[in-house]
This record gives sequence, structure tokens and C-alpha cells, in this order.
Amino acid sequence: MAELTYRDAVARGIAQEMARDPDVVFLGEDVAKAGGVFKATVGLYEQFGPLRVRDTPISEQAILGAAMGAAMTGLKPIAEIMFSDFFAVCFDYIANEFPKSRYMSNGQTKCPLVVRTGNGAGSRFGAQHSQSVENWCMMIPGLKVVAPSTPLDVIGLLAAAVRDPDPVIFLEHKSLYATKGEVPDGEIVDTLGTAKIVRPGKDCTIIALALMVSRALAAAEILQVEHGIDCEVIDVRSLVPLDTKTILGSVAKTHRLFSVEENPRLCGWGAEIVSIVADEAFYDLDGPPVRITTPHIPLPAADNLEDLVLPTPARIVETIRRSLGS
Amino acid sequence: MSTAKDRSPAGSGLNDDIGEQKRLALYRSQVRLREAEQRAFDLFLQNLVKGTSHLSLGQEAIAAGFAEAMVKGDLSFCTYRGHAHTLARGVPVEKVLGELMQRDNGLMRGKGGSMHLTSEEHGVMGSYAIIGAHLPIACGAAWRAQYKGDKDVSVCFFGDGTTNIGAFHEALNFAAIWKLPVVFVCENNLYMEYTPIGDVTAVEHPAADRASAYGLERIVIDGNDADEVYRTAQKAFAKARAGEGPSLIECMTYRHSGHSRADPAKYRPEGELEKWKLRDPIKIYRERLKQFGVSDETISAIDASVLKEVDDATEACKAAPVPPEEIIFTDVYANGGWAWRN
Ligand SMILES: Cc1ncc(C[n+]2csc(CCOP(=O)(O)OP(=O)(O)O)c2C)c(N)n1
Ligand SMILES: [Mg+2]
Repeated sequence: MAELTYRDAVARGIAQEMARDPDVVFLGEDVAKAGGVFKATVGLYEQFGPLRVRDTPISEQAILGAAMGAAMTGLKPIAEIMFSDFFAVCFDYIANEFPKSRYMSNGQTKCPLVVRTGNGAGSRFGAQHSQSVENWCMMIPGLKVVAPSTPLDVIGLLAAAVRDPDPVIFLEHKSLYATKGEVPDGEIVDTLGTAKIVRPGKDCTIIALALMVSRALAAAEILQVEHGIDCEVIDVRSLVPLDTKTILGSVAKTHRLFSVEENPRLCGWGAEIVSIVADEAFYDLDGPPVRITTPHIPLPAADNLEDLVLPTPARIVETIRRSLGS
Repeated sequence: MSTAKDRSPAGSGLNDDIGEQKRLALYRSQVRLREAEQRAFDLFLQNLVKGTSHLSLGQEAIAAGFAEAMVKGDLSFCTYRGHAHTLARGVPVEKVLGELMQRDNGLMRGKGGSMHLTSEEHGVMGSYAIIGAHLPIACGAAWRAQYKGDKDVSVCFFGDGTTNIGAFHEALNFAAIWKLPVVFVCENNLYMEYTPIGDVTAVEHPAADRASAYGLERIVIDGNDADEVYRTAQKAFAKARAGEGPSLIECMTYRHSGHSRADPAKYRPEGELEKWKLRDPIKIYRERLKQFGVSDETISAIDASVLKEVDDATEACKAAPVPPEEIIFTDVYANGGWAWRN
């Protein structure tokens, strides 16, 4: 058991998979010699050499296209897109190429690759370097979409993503890179499509993702201590495949549902889950499901402004307290 | 815009560098592409080919010349105008027409359609309908060959219009810096969909005039002469297999049909098509064979056997059922299904 940062967990996860399988290769901008702009890939170039860990030009389409061609023909590439906002300049591969090739070819074409990217706010980088783009990816049939919240999950889900035969979008949260967590020694492999109950409770269910998980947990603590409300917190972890069983099971127990989403409001992942719960667990509910999101605006850059728009523990507490009428 | 230059047949007889067997194969392939494409058009007019279709009528020498220079294991990356490139790798006409006609005997059982022909067993790694998307993908396949020490070459076909999209430039730089075994083949048929390429491009030769920006040789060839195409392909493949990096080849050609479906191509200046038809690649090649002493009977026998394959394929496709509904939900994910939740 060792304490590891989320950032170091990324490097350890990649190293674990590269050491296991010589077909795993890694490419991206500034990822090799420089160790990545977030220093999340330090040491990989030294450990695995220039043939397996490759710096690319600033060519997001070439990065993802090359990853796809390599994946189709036998490699298991991990591609880094520095900031998830840059998906917009290579979205053809994410929306049209990776997820459609197997279907269109009637099962002939494979695409086992992972796209890692720095997602989310908190670094005060403004509207083009801070977005939470999980909903851009979740809406596309054929993709898998994962967003870990702890160092342990980074390693386990990254390993699962690399071993998965489908294209996986792996969203690392930039504001979590410096956070720490306990990680056991040895190989770690998790399972895609599994949510985790990170705090059991009986009065309401809070579903959250990535950075929002710690905020939901902080809110749950305050709600317990100050208002006697016992919240169950679920880290959704994997948007596709989606572990609806865990979520529906929790709602059946607590009868109330709240989502905490960093993305702007429209078409956020929570909306999809709320609709599933409304369809399938309506009579389990004692009140309306409530979504706590960033408002539907581009993100402002200034400290005080960005802090105001992202869901905070205080806003979560306030929303839940009011909804539950206590 | 300069057009194909005149070129007398290379070599002095059937035993030149290409040889009789390969010449007959090049001829057969071109006739086969011509007949299959003509049939696709006829079937479109009969409403038996649905959706869209983009023909390579007039451009057959490029697909045939490259495919005949490729060996088993080499990979083709094609566009929506990809029937010819798919057929040229040996995919049966029935499989291609079946897909165009949305039948269960089609190459992808109707799940892909005419713009996405794929037959990995023949090295056809997909046909791509987003302009430029497959150039980086071909780089990736070539990267795998380089990484694993495989000797195959990835060949990527695209049009003149494709040279103005970002992915083209990203892929060329990428292939050049990594010295990838990939061959980029620009079929300059003088038009994007309807707009003449010269109206929207800063240089005269949309591909070749950009080559120097990526440290590559400037190559423009007569894309209607299958021998010239074949020889150029061989050279580029040898370079790629020797680890000497990518090539960018601009092939001058002309499509005899409209862009797609039943486009009447009214945007072409009068006389342009007629002028290019004088340089019809199949006409050129038939004369070439005769100059080399191939008999009329040999040529007619090839024509007849090709026609029979296309006729038989047409009948088989007409008789084939439409795809079953259950395949709607197959192969979204690698487990064969489409489940996104538990
Ligand atoms: C990104 C993108 N933009 C536009 C189109 C629409 N489109 C389809 S074919 C075509 C013309 C392409 O011209 P060229 O590359 O010369 O190929 P050709 O059709 O002549 O073979 C266009 C604009 C597309 N499919 N993808
Ligand atoms: Mg064109």
C-alpha cells in the first residue's frame, strides 16, 4: 500500500499496461520527453523508449487517426489529447470514425484504443480549457466513456480501458491530478460499467462524477452532521456502459435522487439518468429528481467567478436540504 | 490546368519490365471496374441501387494500377468513391453490387452502404466518407507496420478536393516525420463535387505542389495510363518497404460520370468530357495490348469473361433477400451487441 497522486496513478496505470503487453503504445503532444503538460506521463519515455512512447506534432486529427489505424491493425494505442476541449478539433474520429467502423463494416473492423484527456474546471483556464465534455462523448453509440475520481480508480479503470476491445474515452480531471489516495501494490484492474457506492445512506441518493464526487461527499458529511440527512453517494465512474442497476437499487432504497454534474446543464449525463429513473423507478420516488449542474454558460476564468458556477458542497447541501424540506 | 502528358508505351515488347501476364491482369482489372461501375449506374437508374453511389468511370487505371502493384497484406484505404479500389483488390463484384443494392449478400450486409465498402480479408480497410479522415488512419496502420517490423504498405486514395482539408496536411507531416510506409494517392479528376479544383486551390497541382512542404518529392503522373500508374506504385512501395518513408503521388485523371447518383455534371465546360474520353484509360490500354501483339481474341475473351462475372453478380443480387432486421443491433460493440447499460 502506498499513497499516490492521481497524476502519478496515470503514469503507473499506463506503465502497468505497457509492461504487460508490447502492443500497447502511447502517443500525444509533449507526452514523451517532457512527461506531459500535467506531468502525468513522467518516466514512461525513459522506461519504454522512443518507439513506444512518442511525441507528436500539434495535430489532433493525426493523433487520433493514427491511433485508430494502429488499433485496426493490431496495436492497442493510448492517445492523449491534452485538453478535452480540443476534442472539438478532432471530433470526426470520436464521433464518426472510432464508434462507427465496426458497425458499418458488419463487424470486420476493430478499434481497441483509449483516448486519455484532461477534462474539467478548477484551473482558471477559461472557457476553452476547462470544460467538462463527458456529454459530448456519452451521446455517441459505439464509444465507452469513463471518468475516475481517485488514484486507485485511475489505475484500475485505465487498465480496464486498455484491455477493452472497444474505443474508450478516458476523462482525467485536471483538478484531481494533485490529489492523493491509497493504492495497493501489484497489478490493479477494475471493470468498466460499474458504479461505486462511496458512502452508504438511507435518506437520498447523490450521483456524481470525477471532481464532483468529493464535493458530493463533503456535502453529505455536512448534511449528516448539521441536518441529520443520511445521503448515499454514488460515484458513477463509467457513463458508458452505465451501471443503472446500482443507481436504481439505491433509489429504491432512498426514494430521492440528486445528480451533481460539472457540465453545463443541457443534455448533461444526469439528465439521462434522471430519465431512466423516471421511466423505471417512478413509483420508488418520494419527490422529483433534482439536477445540480453548472449553469448553461461558457466558463468564466476568474477565481471568484469560476467558483460560483461549479456545483459546490454548499450549493449541494442547500439544494438537498430544501428539496427534502428540512 | 495541365492534363495528362503524352506517353508512348514503355519498353519494346511483352517482355519489358511489366510483362505479358501483368499487362493482361491490368487490362482485365480495368475492364472489370468499368463494367461493374457501368452496371452500378444502370442499376441506380432502375432504382435497384439505393442511397448514393460515386463512380470511378474514367479513373480505372489508378485503382487497377495500384492494386496490381500491391501484394497480399498491403492495405487499401479508400473513399466513398471506393467501389473500384475495393473491386481491384479482388473483392467479388457480387459482394459490392449486393451492398449497393442493400441486399443480404452485400459486403457488409447493407449496414455500411456504398460509401463504406470494407473487406479486411482483401486488405480493404474501409472506405471513408468524411473527406480526409482516412489519411491519418492510413498513417496509423503504417505506424503499426513500422513498429512490428511488418513489410506491408498502406495505400491511401483520395481526391483533389481532399488536399484542402486539415487532415491531409496533418497526415503528410506526420507520415514524413515518422517515415511511415504509407503511399498517398491523389486522384486529381479536376473537380471536387461540382467546383473545379483550380477555383479553390492556391497552387496548380493540389497535391504535388504541396509535397515540398513535407520534404517529399513532387510527383505528377498520367493517371489514365495503367502502366505509368503501376510503375510509379512499384517505386513508391519499394521505397516504403525499404523504410524510406511516404510518397505523395498526384494522378491526373477525369471522371466520365457526374459526382454521384445521377448528377448530370452540367458544370463542366463543353467539350471537356469528349476531350478526356479520347484518353479513356481502357481505350489506351487496349491499344497498348495490341501494340504488344496481344490478339483480338485474347482481348475479347477477357471482355466476355468480365461481362459474365458482372451479369452473374447482377442476377445473384437481384435474387438475394434484403438484410434481416436483427442485424440492426449487432456489432455496435466488440461483444457483438449494442448494450450501453446493465
Ligand atoms: C469533411 C467533408 N466535407 C464535405 C464533404 C462533402 N463531399 C463529399 S465528396 C466531396 C468532394 C470531394 O472531392 P475530391 O476530394 O476531389 O474527390 P472526388 O469526389 O473528386 O473523388 C465533398 C465536398 C464530405 N463528405 N466531408
Ligand atoms: Mg476530385
